[in-house]
Amino acid sequence: MTDVLAVAEHRRGDLRDVSYELVTAGRQLANETGGDLHLAVISGTVEDFAEKLNRDGVDTIHTVTDGEEFNHGVYTQTVAQLADSLDPQYVLIPNSVNGLDYAPAVATGLERPLVTDTIDLETDGETLTATREMYGGKVETTTELEGPAVVTTRGGEWPKAEGTGDAAIESFEPEIDEAALGATVTGFEEVGSGDVDISDAEVLVSVGRGIDEEENLEIIHDLADALDATVSSSRPIVDNGWLPKNRQVGQSGKVVTPDVYIAIGISGAVQHVAGMKGSETIVAINTDPNAPIMDIADYAITDDLFDVVPSLTEAFR
Amino acid sequence: MKILVPVTEVATVDDEFEIEGTAIAEQYLGADLNEWDEYAIEEAVQLQEAGVADEVITVTIGPEECEQTIRQALAKGADRAVRIWDDALEGIDLLGVEAKAALLSAVVEDEDPDLVLTGVQAGDGAFGATGVSLASTVGYEWAAVVNHLEHDLEDGVASVRRELEGGVEELTDVELPAVLTIQTGINEPRYASLRGIRQAQRKELEVLGLADLGVDESAIGAAISLTDMYEPESESDATVWEGSAEETAGQLAELLREKGVAQ
Repeated sequence: MTDVLAVAEHRRGDLRDVSYELVTAGRQLANETGGDLHLAVISGTVEDFAEKLNRDGVDTIHTVTDGEEFNHGVYTQTVAQLADSLDPQYVLIPNSVNGLDYAPAVATGLERPLVTDTIDLETDGETLTATREMYGGKVETTTELEGPAVVTTRGGEWPKAEGTGDAAIESFEPEIDEAALGATVTGFEEVGSGDVDISDAEVLVSVGRGIDEEENLEIIHDLADALDATVSSSRPIVDNGWLPKNRQVGQSGKVVTPDVYIAIGISGAVQHVAGMKGSETIVAINTDPNAPIMDIADYAITDDLFDVVPSLTEAFR
Repeated sequence: MKILVPVTEVATVDDEFEIEGTAIAEQYLGADLNEWDEYAIEEAVQLQEAGVADEVITVTIGPEECEQTIRQALAKGADRAVRIWDDALEGIDLLGVEAKAALLSAVVEDEDPDLVLTGVQAGDGAFGATGVSLASTVGYEWAAVVNHLEHDLEDGVASVRRELEGGVEELTDVELPAVLTIQTGINEPRYASLRGIRQAQRKELEVLGLADLGVDESAIGAAISLTDMYEPESESDATVWEGSAEETAGQLAELLREKGVAQ
């Protein structure tokens, strides 16, 4: 039991980046266990996906033609059957919304422990050491578990695999129990369109949880007016209904790349950073000098936003 | 219809803190009802108010100290609560996903709910896996990261939206009984009213141990152990402006003008 099985992810005809990152993470683990790296690509145009995933270090790609889009029942049953037949030491799954929709079920079915949202992995073949964050990124932890496991990996933590590989491409035909598929995807919908497209903005004044109350948003709008900038926000502001969904920056919102991104009262959770790290200049205004946003900021003010923001607005009037 | 809502008390951490061994020193920790679970409770209570649910029960794994947090959930409208605790759980620093699912599944089997609503993840451990793990343990259907639920639940089907990455939502029909993991923003969680808080004190809070649940101690053994905890190395190379708010705002204004903002 030394092999690694990694499951690719795709949506609406495109492989997601995390699939290539998983090849890197999987290859590294397979090197450490001295085994092979197997990929599974399930549903959709699998031949095309397999070709794209055939990068350096992949030994075998198993294609499974069932279904068009993600169905957690099909994925759970297929990965379990592949794992039964290949007997890998580790099953790697992206820590994505869909990954979290089937990885726990795979672990339950295989009676293996599960460790999720890992940002680094290391093994001596028997003990897996997984690095994870806790408390919203305030601390990092290492956890250990013995023997075979199911592991999910956070996107953006491993480089994407490059190069052309010479993997064997094999078709796998799982026995899908249709009666056990009690969830059916009926469609997709884009959300967050509206009057303003924040992904076009050159200057974003972005507000987070630190603003405390809806009424306080007024000072943010005032600043945006003075700077001729657009207002965006982190998730909690949209969750509270204080700004519409089309203003949300982050993994589940929009990816933005303005010239200047002013993060006000935003701590910088990994999901938020995923949406704005491509900004040319990042300015953070936050009372917590250790907030994760400081790690990617170019300029920072560690002070109360209620003092700094009105003062900044004043400077432009 | 009966709804079970697994809720957890999470540890909150001050901005400044110290680590002792593999834990944050106690004086820097607070406790709160898990944010994601607040939305799950609200959704359950709204289903009750809509006449769809007859009973909303919370279940929590935790020691006696977390009863105050459980009462918060009761004050928001849950009817009664179950708390799971056992001496065997006392020394475990990181309760694995499998162990949580084993404990919660015993309650699901006892209560036989039609719907289980729980938060996508806990704010402290952030494994994000308990709901789906529970569903597959008890043989329920499931949907993870739900940000909209149609309340008619017609023909024993829950029509939900799942929030995918990049502003895309997936529309899915899920057969009941099912576990749905609830994403923040699905609703607006209410504050507990004074009347609710008073009533919560009188609501039933049952405490069950491993023997009561028929769960063997081996099921909660630690598959995963916490071996180290540290503050992530700061990668910050930010220019930090010092001084009064006026001074720092002035420096930022200067930078923005250099960048051609508002000109």
